[in-house]
Amino acid sequence: MLKTLKRVFSYAAPYLRYFVLTIVFAALGVSLSLAVPVFIGEAVDCCIGKGNVDFHKLGRIIVLLASMVVASTFFQWLMSLCTNKLSFLTIRDLRSDIFCKLERVPLRYIDGHTKGELTSRVINDIEIISDGLLQGFTQFFSGIITIIGTLIFMMAINFRIAIVVVILTPLSFIAASRITKASHDSYMKQSKLRGDMVGLAEEMAGNQKIVKAFVYDKRAEARFDEINKAYGKIGVKATFFSSMTNPTTRFVNGLIYAAVGLLGALGVVGKFPIIGVMTVGKLSSFLAYSNQYTKPFNEISGVFAELQNAVASAERVFAVLDENEVPDDSDKEVLESCDGTLSFSDVFFSYSPDTKLIENFSLDVKSGQRVAIVGPTGCGKSTIINLLLRFYDIDSGKIVLSGKEINSVTRDSLRSCFGMVLQETWVFTGTVVENIAYGAPDATREQIIEAAKSVYAHGFIKRLPNGYDTVISEDCGLSQGQKQLICIARIMLMDPPMLILDEATSSIDLRTELRIQRAFVKLMEGRTSFVIAHRLSTIKNSDIILVMKHGNIIEQGDHEQLLAKGGFYAELYNSQFAS
Amino acid sequence: MKNLLKYLRNYKKELLLGPFFKLLEAVFELIVPVVMARIIDNGIGNNDTSYIIKMSGLIVLLGASGLCFALTCQYFAAKCAYGFGTELRADLYRHINSLSYESIDKIGTSSLVNRLTNDTNTVQNGVNMFIRLAVRAPFFVIGAAVMAVTIDLKLSLVFFVVAPLISLVIFFIMKKTVPMYKKTQQCLDRASLLTRENLEGARVIRAFSRQNEEIDEFKEAVDDISDNSIAVGKISAILNPVAFMVMNLGIVAVIWFGGKRIDVGRLTQGELTAFTNYMTQILLALVVLANLIVIFTKAFASANRISEVFALLPEENGTISEIDEKKADIIEFNSVSFSYAGAGDYSLRNISFSVKKGQMLGIIGGTGCGKSTLASLIPCFYKATEGTVSVFGVDVNDIENVQLRSRIGIVPQKAALFSGTIRENMRWRKSDASDAEIISALKTAQAWEFVSNSPDGLDTVISQGGKNLSGGQKQRISIARALVGDPDIVILDDSTSALDYKTDLAFRHALSEDLPDTTIVMISQRTTSLKNADKIIVMDEGEAVGIGTHEELIESCDVYNEIYRSQMNEKEGSTNA
Repeated sequence: MLKTLKRVFSYAAPYLRYFVLTIVFAALGVSLSLAVPVFIGEAVDCCIGKGNVDFHKLGRIIVLLASMVVASTFFQWLMSLCTNKLSFLTIRDLRSDIFCKLERVPLRYIDGHTKGELTSRVINDIEIISDGLLQGFTQFFSGIITIIGTLIFMMAINFRIAIVVVILTPLSFIAASRITKASHDSYMKQSKLRGDMVGLAEEMAGNQKIVKAFVYDKRAEARFDEINKAYGKIGVKATFFSSMTNPTTRFVNGLIYAAVGLLGALGVVGKFPIIGVMTVGKLSSFLAYSNQYTKPFNEISGVFAELQNAVASAERVFAVLDENEVPDDSDKEVLESCDGTLSFSDVFFSYSPDTKLIENFSLDVKSGQRVAIVGPTGCGKSTIINLLLRFYDIDSGKIVLSGKEINSVTRDSLRSCFGMVLQETWVFTGTVVENIAYGAPDATREQIIEAAKSVYAHGFIKRLPNGYDTVISEDCGLSQGQKQLICIARIMLMDPPMLILDEATSSIDLRTELRIQRAFVKLMEGRTSFVIAHRLSTIKNSDIILVMKHGNIIEQGDHEQLLAKGGFYAELYNSQFAS
Repeated sequence: MKNLLKYLRNYKKELLLGPFFKLLEAVFELIVPVVMARIIDNGIGNNDTSYIIKMSGLIVLLGASGLCFALTCQYFAAKCAYGFGTELRADLYRHINSLSYESIDKIGTSSLVNRLTNDTNTVQNGVNMFIRLAVRAPFFVIGAAVMAVTIDLKLSLVFFVVAPLISLVIFFIMKKTVPMYKKTQQCLDRASLLTRENLEGARVIRAFSRQNEEIDEFKEAVDDISDNSIAVGKISAILNPVAFMVMNLGIVAVIWFGGKRIDVGRLTQGELTAFTNYMTQILLALVVLANLIVIFTKAFASANRISEVFALLPEENGTISEIDEKKADIIEFNSVSFSYAGAGDYSLRNISFSVKKGQMLGIIGGTGCGKSTLASLIPCFYKATEGTVSVFGVDVNDIENVQLRSRIGIVPQKAALFSGTIRENMRWRKSDASDAEIISALKTAQAWEFVSNSPDGLDTVISQGGKNLSGGQKQRISIARALVGDPDIVILDDSTSALDYKTDLAFRHALSEDLPDTTIVMISQRTTSLKNADKIIVMDEGEAVGIGTHEELIESCDVYNEIYRSQMNEKEGSTNA
C-alpha cells in the first residue's frame, strides 16, 4: 500500500511549491489557533470572582485573541487553496497519463478488455483517488501540526499531565487500526460486487432495445436484484465497520478529557504535589487543548479509510500505466512514397498459440491492382488487414510495401499509405463536417461537401436537422448504412495511395454501392486496393481474387480463371443462382 | 427529490431510531461540560477530592454510554441507507425496463447506466450521512444554546448573534457552489465520453495516426475539469475558516462580557469555562455540518437526475392478451405512416399490405428507405403515426406488449450477444428451452457446426460483446437465438450480411424446411435472398413503390428491376433455375 502511495505522490512532485506552501500555511494557521486557548485561559484567570476582574489585562488579551483568530482564518483559507490546487492538478496529470497510455498500448490490450471497465479506470477510479488525496492533504498536515502543537502547549502548561495524555493516545490508534483491518475485507467484497453490478447494468441497459425485443426484462430484473441485494448486504457491513472509527476515537477522547479533568482538578486542590502547580485557568486551557488534541485523530483515521479506497483505485490505474506500449519507432525510416506494390512472404500469424490462423501465406501485388479476398467467415480475411496496418505483428515471415519491410518503417508513415474503411463503423460525437474531415483536418468545407457528394451521402446529410453542422454520434439514430457512407466519405477526402475496404459496403444497398464503386474505380485508377467482401458482383472486376479457407489461400486468379477451375470459388459463385 | 423519499418507507424504524440514539449521545456529550464545571466549582472550590474522583468517573461512564449509542446509530444509518439504496436501484431499473424506445432515445443508454449506478450511490451516501451527522449538528447547536441559556441568559445572547451569522455564510456559499458543481460534473461527463469513443474507435484513430490529436483534446477536457474544480474549491474553502473565525470571535465576546458578568457576581469561573467549552463544541459541530453541505449538494443533484428518469412515461401497454391464432392474416398494415419524434419528415408513407401465416415477406430497398423502421412497427416498438398495424387481426397497440413480443423472434441488424454461455444466450427467448430446442434452432441458423466443433459446445463462454467470435458466427447465433421456441413471426433485419452466399442459401433452405408455419419477414439487400418470397415490398424513400412476387416486380417495378439487374449483371438471362 505504501508503494502505491509513494507512486501517487510522485505525480504531485511538480507541484512541490503548493506542497510547501500548504505546510507553511498549515503551520501558521494551526499554531495561531492553538495559541488561542492559552490566552483564553489567561483571560479566565483574570475573572476570579465578584468584584475581582482585571479589565485592563482582560482588554489587552481580548484584542490579541481577536487578531490571532482573524490571522489564523486567513492562513487556513490559503492552505485550503493550496491543497485544492495540489490535488486537482495531480490527478489531472494522472488522468492525462492513463489516457495517453491507452492510445499507446497495443490493440491486443484494448481488444482484451471491456470498454466500460477501462473507462471506469480513467473516470471513476481517478475520482476516488482525487477524493482521497484532497481529504488526505487537507486534514493530514493540519492534523499532524495540531497534534504536535497541542502536545507542546500541554507540556508547557503541565508536563506530567501531558505525559498521561501521551500514554492514553495510542488507544486511539489501536482501535482505529483494528477497525480498518476488519473493514478492509468487506470493502474489497463491496468493490467487486459494485463492479459486477455496473457490468450487468451496462450490458442490459446498454442493450436495452434487445432486452425489450426478447421480453427478457423480468429475467434481467431478477439477475439485477440478486446482485443488488448482495451489494446492499455487504454495504451495510462495510459502512458500519468503517463508521465505527469516529465514535471509538471520540470515546478515547472522552477518556483523555476525564483524565485531564481528574488530574488537573486534583492538581489545583494540591492534594497530589506530584502533579505540580495548576490553576483553574490553566485547567480550562488544558481542557480546551485536550479537545483540540483529539479531534485530528478522528480526522486522520478517517483519512486512512479514504486512503484505503484511494489506494485500491490507484492500483487499478497503475496496472494500466504499467502496460507495455507499442515500441517507439521514431528512429525508424519514414516511408516517403508508396509505389503501390506489396508482397507477403511466408507469413505465419495467430492471435493465440493454440488456434492456428494464417500459415505460410505468400502473395505478390503489383501497383494498381485490385485484390479481392473472399472466403467463409473466420478464415482470416480481417486478420490480413490487422497485419498490413501493423495493428498486430506477424509471428514470422515478412511483409514488404514499396520495397520496404513494414517492420522497418515507422507505423505512422506506414498507416498513412492506406485508406481503410472497416466492417464496423466509427462515428464520434461531433458535427458531420468534423467526422468527415477526421483524416484531413485542413480540408475546406467545399472539399468536404464534394467528398460527401461523391459517396451519395449529401442527400441524407442535407436532410438532417442542422445539415452538415448537425452533431452526430454512434447512437444518434443514423442507420448503419448512413454511418458507413460517412466513413467512406472520410476516405474519399483523404485520397490515400492504397485502399483497404473490409466488407464496408455490406450495410448499403446495391444501387448505392454501385454508384460508390464507380467513384471508387476512379479513385482506384492506378492505386492498389484490397477489397474484402462477400458481394461477388464487387469481386468480379478484381485483378486478383484470393480465396481463403482456414487461414490459407486455396485458390488464386481472376474471376474467369477461377470459374474455369471449377473449385471452391466456382461453388461459392454458383450458389448465388441456386434457389 | 421528494418522490425518492418513498424508498425510506420500509426503514422508518431505522430512520427514527438512528438519529434518536445520536441525540442521546449528543445529550450525554453536552452534559460533560456541566459535570466539569461542577468539578471546578464544587470539587476545587470545596477541596473535595472524592467528589472530583466521583465526577471524573461519571464523565467516563457518560463517554462509554455515548459510544454504545453512537454505534447503534451508525448501524441503523447503514441499514437504512443501503436498504433505501437497494430499493431505489431495483425500482429505477424496473422503470428503465418499462420505457419505450422513444424515451430511451431521449436520454441515451450510457446516461441511463450512469444514473443507475453512480447517481444512486451518491444519493445513498447522502442518506447515510444525513442520519449519522445531520441530526447531531443542529441538535448540538440547539442543545448547547439551551445549556448556555440555563447558565446565564444574558450571556447566551452571544450565541443568538453568532449562529445566524454562520448560517448566512453557509447559505451564501451553497448558492454559489451548486451551479459550479453541476458544471464540473458536465466536464467529467465529457471526459468520459471521449474515453469511451477513443476505446471504441481505437483502430480508426491509429489508422489515421491521430493519437496525438486525441490526446491533446483529452488534455483540454481534463484541464477543464481541474480548472472548474479549483474554482469551486476556492469558494467552498471559505466555509470552514470563516465559521472558525466567527465562532472564536464569539468566544472572545463571551469572555469579555463574561468577565463583566463575573464582576457583578452573576457568573462563576466554572460557568465561564463551561460556556467557552460549549462554544468550542458548537464550532466543531458546525464545521461538520458545513462539510456535509457538499455531500448533500451532490446528493441533490443526483436525486434530480434520477427523478428525471422516473418522470419518463413507461411504454404504453395494450390490454388484450388472448390471440386468435386461427386468423389467416398474420400481419396487416393499413395506410400506415410514421415519423420519428422530432424528425422533420415522414420515414414511412401510406404503406398497406398483408401477410398470411407461413408466408415469407421480403422488404428490399436502398439505404435509409425505411425498411428497419417498418419492421420495428410490427412488435410495436414505435407507434404508427397514422394508420393501423395489426397482428393476428388485432391492432398492435391494443395487444399486451409481452403477449405480442413473445410471439415474435427478432434478429436485429447489429448482432449483440451477451456475456455468458451460448446456452444462456439462446435461452433469451425461452428461459426453459431444452437443449434439443436450442440445437434445432442452431441447426436451422447454420450455427450448429461450429458450436458442436468447439470444445465446450453449448457451454462455450461468450465474452462481452462476443469478442471471441467472428462476425459471421455472431450473426448466426443471433439468428438462432430468435428461433428458439418456435415464434409465430420471425423478423430478420438484414441479418445475413456477414454470411457468404453458400451459408445464406443453406439458411434459407433450412428456414422453409424446418419452420414451414412460421411467418418470416426478411429485410435484405440481396434480391437473391428474397427471390422466393411470397411477397416482396420494394421501398424507396419511405414509400412502397412495388409490392408483389419477384416475377411480378420484374415486369412492373422499375426500382426493383434496377436493383435486380445490378446484382445479376449481364448474367440475368441464364439465372432462372
